[in-house]
Amino acid sequence: MDWLDAHLIPALDGVAYGMLLFVVAAGLTLAFGSGGVLNLAHGTVYAMGAYIAADIGDGSWGMLVLALAVGAAAGATSGGVLAVAVAPVARRGHLDQALLTFGIALVGGDMLVSYFGADQRQVAVPKALEDSVTIAGHQYPTYRLAFIGVAALLAGLGYWLLVRSTAGAAVRATTDDPEMVAALGLSPRVVHTATLVVAGALAGGAGVLGAPIITPSPETADTVMLWSLIIVVVGRLGSVLGALFAAIAVGEVQTLGVVLAPDLAPYLLFGAMGIALLVRSGSGILPEFAARARVLATRARALKGGGA
Amino acid sequence: MTDLLTVTELTRSYGSFVALDRADLTVAEGARHALIGPNGAGKTTLLNLIAGTDLATSGRIAFAGRDITWQRPHRRSRGGIARTFQHPSVVPVATVLDNVLLGAWHHHTAAPWRRAGRRRIADDCRAILETVGLTGLEHRQAGELSHGRRRMLDLAVALAGRPRLLLLDEPAAGLTDADVTVLLAVLRDLSDDVAVLLVEHNLDVVAAFARTVTVLHHGRPLVTGTPAEIQADPAVREAYLGRRKVAETA
Repeated sequence: MDWLDAHLIPALDGVAYGMLLFVVAAGLTLAFGSGGVLNLAHGTVYAMGAYIAADIGDGSWGMLVLALAVGAAAGATSGGVLAVAVAPVARRGHLDQALLTFGIALVGGDMLVSYFGADQRQVAVPKALEDSVTIAGHQYPTYRLAFIGVAALLAGLGYWLLVRSTAGAAVRATTDDPEMVAALGLSPRVVHTATLVVAGALAGGAGVLGAPIITPSPETADTVMLWSLIIVVVGRLGSVLGALFAAIAVGEVQTLGVVLAPDLAPYLLFGAMGIALLVRSGSGILPEFAARARVLATRARALKGGGA
Repeated sequence: MTDLLTVTELTRSYGSFVALDRADLTVAEGARHALIGPNGAGKTTLLNLIAGTDLATSGRIAFAGRDITWQRPHRRSRGGIARTFQHPSVVPVATVLDNVLLGAWHHHTAAPWRRAGRRRIADDCRAILETVGLTGLEHRQAGELSHGRRRMLDLAVALAGRPRLLLLDEPAAGLTDADVTVLLAVLRDLSDDVAVLLVEHNLDVVAAFARTVTVLHHGRPLVTGTPAEIQADPAVREAYLGRRKVAETA
């Protein structure tokens, strides 16, 4: 109980970080899942949203809502622009697309710095959320708690949309078999563009709401991008539920992990990622190994039979 | 009967290989039309060109009086051309009902943003699932279905689009005899508003279903007629027998 008491706050922080990263990474995994676009400019869209929150937000609810609308709209627009930009290289494989989006990320990052400045920005939070609440005798920032709630709502909504709705079925079908989707009367390109637009809006909106947690600075885009990539890879590309678990895990490693093993802090995230990948690939590598061994055994028997 | 689909001098070549060579074909409204021919005769190529999955090298395709030669496949689908694939194409990670709903999405007159509209679409989709014998499996994942049932689901998805022309690419392939009986019953019960163009190797299915048969050979239509006429045609016998001789010497 003492242990829990001492680590409650970092653990909660981990959830808040994790939920924030989940909202960002969900967009990334969605875009990859439906269109095969590994969008390396996704972190830049988060940074843009965070800067917008810092610029527009003044501590009032109205301005927060406005910032959210502007951030989501800007994110959606960037998703649309991205869809147009990658269309010409759509058939040339993941690497070309990734390179293109990486270039867009570099240019976009520079534009953000030249427009918003190179300083780390502080973000005003509405007064009602500025204080702390008491949880089991500990003080915890109200904003982070509220954010956890909003992100959980978003996660639930996203899951429902993707897994339960017909639109979600269309997105998943496009991932699987664009030719079939076209035969149903849906343009795979429209589905693909819509997915990128929604993913962009998610990242922009996450930037606005997450700005007080992961604040806007010239490094924000890279940090968020790197963490999102880890989440998406560990949680399996294209899987929303996997991304949720991976995001919480990354959040906890970054907060609880640092408290528990401060000496190992710089290596924790990558160590955890390595372990996760090893454990997970076990299910793929081992059966394949067994299958190959069986084939070899059969061949060996056939050779022996032939020789006798 | 008027012509629903007119294919004129349609050619598709892949490099130096000519899969379809200036082919002409007409499909009448409400037709029960089968395309047969030896392997590599261009049957699936022709079907793909009509559906828009593939684009022609030259020639013209007209559907319901409009030139659709260069129309994108989803536009053709909305215009009333539905198809099934040689390998039954369903979304394995979605439920059976969701698959059919996807097929109905762009074709239904009911408003999907209204609760009543959604219910009507879902009711229609359930009715279609009943005709293909998949009632009770609505909430199963499509990927869990057996091959035969996946075929029937593929057909249900195509029917949900309320097509005027239904293209079926070897619907009986890989089906058990019992499944083929179900398939034939479903096809026989189709409304006369739907024309069917069928590519099929199983000649029993062709004989039981088609009223018109076109034989393709080396990318060109050899002859068109009723099943009885086709069976008696010497040129058809030669096309098939010639192939058998080649197969025997190989």
